[in-house]
Order: sequence, then structure tokens, then C-alpha cells
Amino acid sequence: MADVPRAAKLRTDGLNVHYGDFHALKNVTAVIGERRLTALIGPSGCGKSTFLRVFNRMNDRVAGCRVEGIVELDGQPLYRRGVDIEALRRQVGMVFQRPNPFPLSIFENVVFGPRIHALAAGAELEAVAERCLGAVGLWDDLKDRLDDSALTITPEQMQRLCIARAIAVEPDVLLMDEPCSSLDPIATLRIESLMRELSHRYTILVVTHNMQQAARISDDTGFLLLGELVELGPTATVFTRPRDRRTEDYVTGGFG
Amino acid sequence: MRLPDKVVERALLLLALSSVAVLASIAFFIVREGAPLIYRVGLSNFFSTDWHPTAGRFGILFMLVGSLAVTVGALALGVPLGISCAIVLGEMAPPRARRILKPAIEILAGIPSVVYGFMGIVVVLPWIREHLGGPGASGLAAAVILGIMILPTIIAISLDALEAVPMSYRDGSLAMGATEWQTVRRVVLPAARSGIVAAVILGTGRAVGETMAVVMVAGNAVQLPHSPLDPLRTLTANLALEMGYATGDHRAALFATGIVLFLIVLSLNGAAGLARRRRRPRPRPRRTASVAGVPASERIPPSPVSDP
Repeated sequence: MADVPRAAKLRTDGLNVHYGDFHALKNVTAVIGERRLTALIGPSGCGKSTFLRVFNRMNDRVAGCRVEGIVELDGQPLYRRGVDIEALRRQVGMVFQRPNPFPLSIFENVVFGPRIHALAAGAELEAVAERCLGAVGLWDDLKDRLDDSALTITPEQMQRLCIARAIAVEPDVLLMDEPCSSLDPIATLRIESLMRELSHRYTILVVTHNMQQAARISDDTGFLLLGELVELGPTATVFTRPRDRRTEDYVTGGFG
Repeated sequence: MRLPDKVVERALLLLALSSVAVLASIAFFIVREGAPLIYRVGLSNFFSTDWHPTAGRFGILFMLVGSLAVTVGALALGVPLGISCAIVLGEMAPPRARRILKPAIEILAGIPSVVYGFMGIVVVLPWIREHLGGPGASGLAAAVILGIMILPTIIAISLDALEAVPMSYRDGSLAMGATEWQTVRRVVLPAARSGIVAAVILGTGRAVGETMAVVMVAGNAVQLPHSPLDPLRTLTANLALEMGYATGDHRAALFATGIVLFLIVLSLNGAAGLARRRRRPRPRPRRTASVAGVPASERIPPSPVSDP
């Protein structure tokens, strides 16, 4: 099956990332399609999370991290002097491995982004909260508890809240770094179906250590090994007729 | 030979309890020496403005006011300075600057208070006299010196509180596109709030209790200070100045002053402990109706804040 032609949302060409002496990503060239759910699989330490964080420049926070090569969002380079990192991160949201709601009320968590980017104020914030909590399936459960601490809800609700927080600024891209790894299997399935729903409206890039999850939810799958992007293509192809021997070994459980 | 764990445990427990015993005996002795006098002269006399120990009149109100005044002044200076310093150290300064600044602040804590007093006499007093007027020795001078002296306490404990804030909060905020300052103000500070409140309370306790530096710069006149430039006397200064020659009821009155100080410091420390234990996010200041379509004018107005 040939790759379906599609609009490129994110693109890298000859991307190399170093942490000090460690060469974390090696010459990665990739195209991430718009409004597609792309899963990144591979063994631990292969550079999946590093690749993810290239796109919102969260790697900038790591001392000694160097990024070389072309990285583009909508054809615009991300690693150029003068790039507005705050604006970039508004456009490219992120959901972390461990749910990290702020120690504020549920309401304040959801409206955090709109507040700091001055997108809404006063009563509009209430509407934002309802819309975003509704989108992640939390509104009915939490609408009477908006003033409660966000630390009092279940881990699954926390992760949904973090997703609601991320979409409250209406980003184009959502980066998700193993969003289900700290959740139980039932919560995992429910978050997965939420991700499927969201992929109709957002470009989603999700790191997962769980190959079944990648197979279940993603349109495209990328396989990283030792910092190299071995293969990136439609999920069905990658799992059933991989081009590379190493991919085949990995998805059939040959190693890893 | 190996000591059995049980023996070591008991021995350590005993040693730990000895510090509690010291506290208890301090409390016992000052109460035994001071409480009968308060009982004899009555609370209203004890908290009156009439301090004439030779005439048997023991009102400590002016000193109490003096203590409160210099403490408030010290906090006005030390709290903003200390918290800003902690934010810079904990959130913004590059590691190299931290390696220099942090030990410097620790040294600040180790300087004897008499040295602060000396600095007050040679630097602060002449400056106030020349630029602001008055005798120089004043509540303001004491507040300035105390404000600097409480910095190490406020900075160190605030810094602990900031460092205890999980990195994931900062990551989450920055990943939302918040600036570093927005992250500090909207996420890190609220998360560290209880610890910072504890820092302020412990700094207050230190300001109330400080004696030597205050004696050296406050002027020590037993009077109601009408301006920050007036000399005043604090409770601690009164103890230090008069204990040397006091006898009889006068001595008992000073112990009674000690009871007051002990209670103030004890309750401040208790409050700090409570503040540290409580970890609750601030409620939303204005929770209006939850239905999004309702116009703002029909919503429940915020409840007026009642002044205590």
C-alpha cells in the first residue's frame, strides 16, 4: 500500500539531537500528517520522547541539549532565532506521562492557558471550561466540583483534565507522551477512544510503549530504534508488511 | 560489639526527649517566676502604659507596641526582599550564581546579632539622622536591621518550599506556553504558598525575639512612638536592659514579660507548623453561576469581604 498523500503538519529533515555527548536522534527525516494520529513506538531510550519534545521545544529545558537539522510546523522553521516559543507552545500542546494538573482548582486548571494567553476573560472563561471539560467527557462529572482542588480527582480524570487544559488554547497539534502509562486498563481504553475522537480535530503525535495501543488507535506509526527513525508509515503497513527487518522483528516480538 | 537496635533506639529517644524537657523547664520556670506577679497586679495593669518598676507599676504596653511596630516594619522590608531573593535563587538564577549566592545567605544567618547592631550604629543611624531627621536611634533603624536579619530565615524556608514544588508543574505550565514569570506567579508560588507562609511566620518569630541588635539601635525610650523616627523600646530590649539590676517584683515583672514573649513565639511557631501542613489550593475568588448562557448581571455577585 502506497502512502496516502496528505498535508504535512510537522516535518523534520536531517534532524539530529545531542544531549552532551549522547546522540539521541540520528538524522531523522519524517512527515507527520495533518489531523492524523501518529504513534511512536520503540524500546525505552530509543528517542521517542526526545522526538516528541522537539516539536514544542521542551528540549530547550534540558541543559546540554543541541538540536540540528530542519524542524518545521506548517512549513515554518521552529529552530530559528526569533521564534516565539510561547506562541509555538500555544499552537503545539502537550500531555505528559504522569497527569500533572496544577495544584489549583479544576476550573483554574482548564482556564490556565486562556488566561495566560489572554484569549478569554470573565464569563467567557466559564464557557471555555464547559466546552473543554465537555470535550474530554468530564463536564457532567465535575461541573459541580469546579472549585475543588484538581488533586482530589481520580488519575484518569486528572489526565482528562490535562487534555482539557491543553485543548483550551485551541492548539493545532497535541503531543502526548505515554498518556496512559500511569492509568489502569479500563481508563486506558477510555482515554484511547478520547484520543481517537480528538484526532478528527487535531494533529496528534503520541508516544507509547504499548504496541497494541499503537495498533488500536493510530493512523500512522513510526518505529524508532537507538535514535534512528527506522520506519514511518500507515499503521496497517507498519504492523503487517513492514519494509524494514528491524521493524518486523520488533512488532512480532522478536526483541525489545 | 554490636549494640542491639532496641538500645540505640531508646538512647536516641531519650536524647531527643531531653530537648523537649529543656523547653518544658523553660516554660515552667518563667511561668513560676512571672505568673504570680501578673496575677497580683492584674491583667489590665500589666498591659497598661505605666512602666515605673521602682514605684511598683509594671505596665508593658509601650514595649509591646514597640515590639509589634519593629516587627511589622521588619516584615515590610524583609518579606518582599526575602521572597524575591528565594524566587531568583530557586527559579531563575543560573546554577553558577546559585553556588555563590546560597552560601552567602547562609553566612548572613551566621553573623552574630551584635555585629548587625554595630553595623546599625555606624551606617543606619547616621544615615537616618542626616537624611530623615530625628535622633537616628529609632523604630525605623531597628526595623531596617531586623528586616535584614530575618532574610536568611525567610529565604531559606521559602527556597525549600519552592524546591519542593514538583518539576512536572513547571513543565506543564511552560508547555502551555506560559513564560517563566507566569509559571512562577501562577503555578509555582501557589504550590509553594504554605511553605512561604511558614517562612514569613518563622521570620516574624525571629524579629519578635531578636534582642541585641535592637537594643543597640532602637533608642530604648519607654514611650509611645509617634513616628518611625522616634526611639522605642521592645519587650526583649526591656528584658536585656533591666534584668541585670532588677530584684523582687521588678524581676518578676521581667519574667512575666518573658511569658508574653514565649507565648507569642510559641503561637507563631505553631501557626507556621499548621501552614506547612495545610496544602489546599486557593478557591476560585469568584464562583458565579455555572451555566454559561446566563448574563453576568444576573449572576450571583461576589460576597462582600467582611473586615474583621
